[in-house]
Amino acid sequence: MGNALLQYATVFMLAIFVGIEIIAKVPSILHTPLMSGSNAIHGVILVGSMMILGAATTNAEEILGFLAVILAALNVVGGFVVTDRMLEMFKPKAKTPKAPASGEVAK
Amino acid sequence: MSRETLIDLLYLFSATTFVLALKGLGSPKRARLGNMVAAFGMLVAIVATFFRYVDGHAMYHVPLMILGIVIGLVVAVPVARFVKMTAMPQLVAIFNGVGGGAAALVSITEFMHIKATHPATYVALEVLLGVLIGTFSFAGSAVSFAKLQELMTGRPVTYPGQQFINGIVGLAALATIVTVLVSASQMMLWVLLGLAAVLGVLFVLPIGGADVPVLISLLNAFTGVAVAASGFTLGSNLLIVAGTLVGASGLLLTRLMSKAMGRSLGNILFSAFGATVTASGATERADGRSVRSGSPEDIAIMLGFASRVVFIPGYGLAVSQGQHVLRELADLLESKGIEVFYGIHPVAGRMPGHMNVLLAEANVPYEQLVEMDEANSELQTADVALVVGANDTVNPAAVDDKTSPIYGMPIIHADLAENVVFLKRSMRPGFAGIENELLYNPKTTLVFGDAKDTLTKMVAAVKAS
Repeated sequence: MGNALLQYATVFMLAIFVGIEIIAKVPSILHTPLMSGSNAIHGVILVGSMMILGAATTNAEEILGFLAVILAALNVVGGFVVTDRMLEMFKPKAKTPKAPASGEVAK
Repeated sequence: MSRETLIDLLYLFSATTFVLALKGLGSPKRARLGNMVAAFGMLVAIVATFFRYVDGHAMYHVPLMILGIVIGLVVAVPVARFVKMTAMPQLVAIFNGVGGGAAALVSITEFMHIKATHPATYVALEVLLGVLIGTFSFAGSAVSFAKLQELMTGRPVTYPGQQFINGIVGLAALATIVTVLVSASQMMLWVLLGLAAVLGVLFVLPIGGADVPVLISLLNAFTGVAVAASGFTLGSNLLIVAGTLVGASGLLLTRLMSKAMGRSLGNILFSAFGATVTASGATERADGRSVRSGSPEDIAIMLGFASRVVFIPGYGLAVSQGQHVLRELADLLESKGIEVFYGIHPVAGRMPGHMNVLLAEANVPYEQLVEMDEANSELQTADVALVVGANDTVNPAAVDDKTSPIYGMPIIHADLAENVVFLKRSMRPGFAGIENELLYNPKTTLVFGDAKDTLTKMVAAVKAS
């Protein structure tokens, strides 16, 4: 058990507390975007996938690494795009889109 | 500054953006910005990784890496962009699942890579956790996807001896873990991967479709933990920080979500609710009690006489893509001086906040959207409660019937209004599979048919009157 492991464990412990602290108060309408956003963040496994593919020396490692890169890329890209699409809807109050609709109704 | 230090600094920057992003996602104003900040941080980390040295050499297979990322882009962007908003939950499920799969592959491949150096036992343990949790999340997400996409029944799947079988598979997985720890056998690692996949499937099968969103949130947290485990194996602080953040906040979020549904997490995961109760409920109701049904035109007249109307939208509205017509009806009624509100249940739709997103898409003004508690006080003086494609969220059984599986879930009290109107496709019970007593209430009128069609007819009738 080296110093490295101890250092990782320290980071791990602190990250747990940050993770809990940070979302203590979230309105329920944001639960879904928050889940989706954190889904995108664990897509950081792409970095890990790149590291194993970059170190691959056998065919098996190459295949598995390549597969991992594809899966992780799907996770990252899809996660961020979906979240953005959800949050696009939470625009600041805009009265303008309503006006033409009610104008149409009055006709 | 050495190359490695610079890259580590960039990783530190990325980790910081992730923390800020999660913080931002908790507030409506900063949520979108937060997501973009995280995306930028991710881009920095990915670009920096290309310049890393591994095992003392520059990255091999860079073209293959780029190809993999391009494949991800080409597939994920159009899917994420153009899939209907109603299908959003299953999309999150699948993107979560592939992340878990990637984490499992990273762990297993790294183990193959370093096996020759006889790594310490704790390394094997990290690998085992990464494989176990990552694969579990992958398989569980796949089943969740199938449930939400209605490729399979949304009902809880139960069979005799279920607990026993789950126990056996769990024990087998445990035995495999011990074997790998002792023998560092790569073969057994693949066995564990298979067992974890089976466990993931078995775990999700008995969970009812209505609870799947909570489950996805849990699996999301699991993937975070799997990523953190891979981070330990690879010795990457970035992966540890990001994975742990998602794991910890995801677990808390899962608890918040189940609280919004008025249930405990344990109850959601292990009660296999609905399966037995529905069976008895269905036969009991076969006695042919009458319901009152009306035409869209009848309802239009009723609405014309009202002075205060509360719309209670549910998933059925979203499925029929009727939110735009509903808004048109609201505008029309408002122009006649009728007050209109939308009462939004926290879990309306398929996920918490899903309904707000769908209505915002139809440009429904914010001030008309009221949350459950406020909706309930408005309903006391409302003339009409128009329930569009919702069912479980207005089911009084959640309040009156202690034996009901949804007992304790907060509901919108549509029954408080003078008149209740349900727009429904059929008498079929809602997603949770529970009979709704309110349908048989004397002040309830049912209008059968596709919600969008019905609403369109109602708009025409209100215009004509």
